Amino acid sequence: MGGLSLGFIYVLIALGYTMVYGVLRMINFANSEIFMLGTFGTVIVIRDFYGFTQASDPASGARLILILVSCLVASMIISGVVSVLVEMIAYRRLRNRGSNKLAPLISAIGMSIVLSESVRILTDSRYVGSPRVLEKKPIGQIFGADIRIDNAIIIVAGLILYIALNQFVSRTRLGKAIRAVSMNEEAAKLMGVNLNFVVSGTFLVGGLMTGAAGFFFVMKYENTVFNVGFSLGIAAFTAAILGGIGNIRGAFYGGILLGLIETYASFFLGTQWKAVTVFIVLVFVLYFRPNGVFGEAITQTRA
Amino acid sequence: MINIRDWGAGIWERSSKTTRIFIALGWIALAASLPFLGGTWLNTPIADYGAVLVFPIAIYTIMALGLNIVIGKSGLLDLGYVAFFAIGAYTAGILSTKTHLNTWEILPIGIAMAMFAGLILGVPALRLRGDYLAIITLGFGEIVRITALNVNAIGGANGIVGIPSPPSVFGIEYTFDNHRVYYWTFLLIIFLTIWMIRRLSVRRAGRAWESIRQDEDAAELLGVPTFRYKIWAFVLGASVGGAAGVLYASKALFISPDNFTLQVSILILACIVFGGMGNIWGVIIGAVILGYLPDRIRFISDARMLVFGIVLVLMMNLRPDGVLPRKKREKALPEKRQA
Repeated sequence: MGGLSLGFIYVLIALGYTMVYGVLRMINFANSEIFMLGTFGTVIVIRDFYGFTQASDPASGARLILILVSCLVASMIISGVVSVLVEMIAYRRLRNRGSNKLAPLISAIGMSIVLSESVRILTDSRYVGSPRVLEKKPIGQIFGADIRIDNAIIIVAGLILYIALNQFVSRTRLGKAIRAVSMNEEAAKLMGVNLNFVVSGTFLVGGLMTGAAGFFFVMKYENTVFNVGFSLGIAAFTAAILGGIGNIRGAFYGGILLGLIETYASFFLGTQWKAVTVFIVLVFVLYFRPNGVFGEAITQTRA
Repeated sequence: MINIRDWGAGIWERSSKTTRIFIALGWIALAASLPFLGGTWLNTPIADYGAVLVFPIAIYTIMALGLNIVIGKSGLLDLGYVAFFAIGAYTAGILSTKTHLNTWEILPIGIAMAMFAGLILGVPALRLRGDYLAIITLGFGEIVRITALNVNAIGGANGIVGIPSPPSVFGIEYTFDNHRVYYWTFLLIIFLTIWMIRRLSVRRAGRAWESIRQDEDAAELLGVPTFRYKIWAFVLGASVGGAAGVLYASKALFISPDNFTLQVSILILACIVFGGMGNIWGVIIGAVILGYLPDRIRFISDARMLVFGIVLVLMMNLRPDGVLPRKKREKALPEKRQA
């Protein structure tokens, strides 16, 4: 159950990576910091907007729902806006110039350093705890395992967000434009798709998903720190690759698979080896199924 | 905009052999005299200027040169380069504390270990391309670091302490606080590496890498054994990284897994792209600037990494090809979009 909810957090961050990759064929290195800002968004809303402290009692009833929803929305908005800003500052100019492929990568790394360092300075490199808003009681049992309410919320809400994203991409005008650009950029441009708008839209949607992951992370672990995005970002990126990057369904299965593998691996081998297990799984997947589980043709992808 | 690279290359090509020797000697003298310029505006507040020249500047330069073979010359995106650095450093750490071998005897062993690791990683990984290769190498870097962190026989999280300094050569003593001697030794290694890369670049291997970088399929069709040359690029890059690791361990006298995080790989990549990918001199300038800058601006202590990030973003936006880009004719053709 814990593994599954961790898996959903990975799914949402992986969606952030995969959306951008699908359109630009580039790794968005700043995505981990976008996630980090999402976690801080939740903490700020809980602590400063609703005035919770470490000592106050968990909320309940309608107020609880209101608080959770507003945190989720706040995190999503913060991450979405920052994500669009990252695109404008770090990517747009370079993309329009058609420069080499690594330059945007480095400027995204630069953005990621800027974001995480600003937060580090603001928080004095300390962990920031989030007051407990949601009382974490088990709400039932499946096969003798407790279902904790926070894990249940993450799974249900994550599933809803995933379905919403799927609908967005397959039904709406912008979603269709995103798919068109990821299939063939030139042809999409010729068909009258506004490329800059679509790319910004992609970053926005990816940022929204990543921000939601930030909210779920704070709800589950109740603290955050300026470099929280680093390890989660790598894991989520692994998840995106595992499922086949650039592919929304792939990010979904990859994230859940990775959450489960990590949880089982830390159970059998000890926590310290879990990252190694993840990467070894990844190496084997890429070696034997180089397309990822649901991926595109990989040997044709270029640097 | 003036292309400094082409301007410099123009002067070089027009000069006679004697002038070239003088130009080269002038640069060598300038590089070798850097430790004496500590009193000027170059001085790094707080950090010891002499120490900064050795680490990070000299070490970064060696690593950036090595990684440039892989990324700049052959166009293979490697995000786990720190693994080879770590393997070199750990080889030095283990052998020098457990056996009686000294640094100079360990150096070839460390290089061999790193090359072997490059081979092990390269054979499966180099079948993939582009970003997938990047992720596999990234994973490899993390596996090496986490293994070092969790295996207590090699120090675990505490690392290895008490690595001996190199023994004296021709009466030159290596002591911990004599940074100049280290700096000049590393400078020698840097020149050796530059020489090796320049020799390789104009020969068959260099041409093969160039063709792989520009269009791998076309190179394969024209009969270039691309896989073999990619492995070669990887292994050579790894050997330079391993050498840097051995030297770093013998200078720092102490290594721990914290020295070998993903950030190091990314920073070295940043050096290359910042300076000018594929161009040795650009890469060196990138490594010197990015190694030096965080220590130079240490007086704004808390915000120095912030400024560093801003510099990266600005620089990439203003000069996406780096400070000293490669020659125009070496640039790859505009990229073809895949359907």
